[in-house]
Amino acid sequence: MTQEQKFEYLLRLGDNALILGQRLGEWCGHGPALEEDIALTNISLDLIGQARSILTYAGELEGKGRDEDKLAFFRDAHDFRNVLLVEQPNGHFGDTIARQFLYDHFAWLLFNELMQSSDEQVAAIAAKSIKEVTYHRRHSSEWIIRLGDGTEESHAKIQQSINDLWMYTGELYTPDALDEAAHAAGIAPDLTKLADYWHENVHGVLKQATLDIPEDGWMQKGGKQGIHSEHLGFMLAEMQHIPRAYPDAQW
Amino acid sequence: MEEQNMMQRFDDYVADNKKIEPKDWMPDAYRKTLIRQISQHAHSEIVGMLPEGNWITRAPSLKRKAILLAKVQDEAGHGLYLYSAAETLGVERDELLEELHDGRAKYSSIFNYPTINWADIGAIGWLVDGAAIMNQVPLCKCSYGPYARAMVRVCKEESFHQRQGFQIMLNMAKGTPEQKQMAQDALNRWWWPSLMMFGPTDANSPHSAQSMKWKIKLFSNDELRQRFIDMTVPQAEVLGLTIPDPDLKWNEERGHYDFGEINWDEFYNVIKGNGPCNKQRIETRRKAYDNGAWVREAAVAHAEKRAARRNETAAA
Ligand SMILES: [Fe+2]
Ligand SMILES: [Fe+2]
Repeated sequence: MTQEQKFEYLLRLGDNALILGQRLGEWCGHGPALEEDIALTNISLDLIGQARSILTYAGELEGKGRDEDKLAFFRDAHDFRNVLLVEQPNGHFGDTIARQFLYDHFAWLLFNELMQSSDEQVAAIAAKSIKEVTYHRRHSSEWIIRLGDGTEESHAKIQQSINDLWMYTGELYTPDALDEAAHAAGIAPDLTKLADYWHENVHGVLKQATLDIPEDGWMQKGGKQGIHSEHLGFMLAEMQHIPRAYPDAQW
Repeated sequence: MEEQNMMQRFDDYVADNKKIEPKDWMPDAYRKTLIRQISQHAHSEIVGMLPEGNWITRAPSLKRKAILLAKVQDEAGHGLYLYSAAETLGVERDELLEELHDGRAKYSSIFNYPTINWADIGAIGWLVDGAAIMNQVPLCKCSYGPYARAMVRVCKEESFHQRQGFQIMLNMAKGTPEQKQMAQDALNRWWWPSLMMFGPTDANSPHSAQSMKWKIKLFSNDELRQRFIDMTVPQAEVLGLTIPDPDLKWNEERGHYDFGEINWDEFYNVIKGNGPCNKQRIETRRKAYDNGAWVREAAVAHAEKRAARRNETAAA
């Protein structure tokens, strides 16, 4: 695996955390209860922390003097490598929880494997983050169960959220050439194996929540290669505008 | 015991600096005043999340984003402790929120001002959290146990916030000319509203005497305001920023800074609902609450279903 490929693989990990953390940050002060404001902010904070470690390492590896902030604030959408799922809008609380749930189950499997990565830094970052990811997965899974097995209204709403987001899940666990190269180099796991576990775990929670499991139909993809949905450009415009307006400033 | 004896015992207890606990007898007026004060304080914490939360998605570095997220999360936590402290007096959080949403309950007027540049996040931490500390540190010793204990936890975190806010101001004041200008602009807009956070002058604060006797207020508004000014002026000097008050100057004789007249007309208007963001803040809170109703209902329904299932298993 070349340095450039490794850099790009790290961007995938870092951008997933950054973009999802940024989305969750939009919730702050608008949650359905104070406890959930705290939980969503906390998860956002964990994800931003993960993004900072991963992007810092990516920048060092690249060797062009880009730090976490250069990478976060001075790349345009086509240079972002996050999956489409994490840039989808917050919608209502159920939409946010469904997005989080589908991602968390993948992240938990991935980070467990990354702890054995041949790259010591990646392994260390994964080991540091696994407790957080485990908590996120429990939090979103519990809400899926509460909403699914709650009222008629919440059941219908969360079912719709899961159905709507399902087409973005294939990209998580379907490897492309870069994922395969990362696996061959011992840096990352075989995604096809994670796919089976992901389905098993996600299906288990959906069943407990009395929800229907959507069919794996046509899947959207492109985020990992830098071809994003319309949403990302707006997110970046908001996120990046201050550092870009004052590029010489330190904050 | 007769009401009068109880009252005597209560007064002695408070005079001896002992803590009143939820199960102790207390006069109705004391309970009511406390509920009003604690819930106003709780509302201020959660409404206060909005002007700052506003900037989470736009924070200019990832480190600043993380610090701001942690800060706003702390404020939500403060809200939580304070609602819990109010609940020990026999009210429910939902009732208190209703009063906030329909305008019966107040919150700190400072949060009715807009945050319009990044330095505002610095100014809020430095001045608003700074003023909050002045107000709250004495309350760690107030007569009502649950409130005093909540304040101890809150104050520890507020002093972090104050230092972080000052750091933002310092980076900007020592930064590029544009950054310095933003910092000065923020100070210009937040200075006077921060002084208003201490409330009306002592002469116009009719309930203060009773609250001080009950030890749920330990220093007068003017005393705390003066302390805040005396502490903050040297900090502004370190920043190299100008406090927007031409009358501000050290008074050797008093050993305090003299300062200009606060615009009380503005103060009372913002309280009345005429501040730049009063409507917006309440609408945002109400919308969040209403949009979350189905979620809270689902959580209750699910908990009931689980309890029922557990009972069935137990019975079988
Ligand atoms: Fe606070
Ligand atoms: Fe604070």
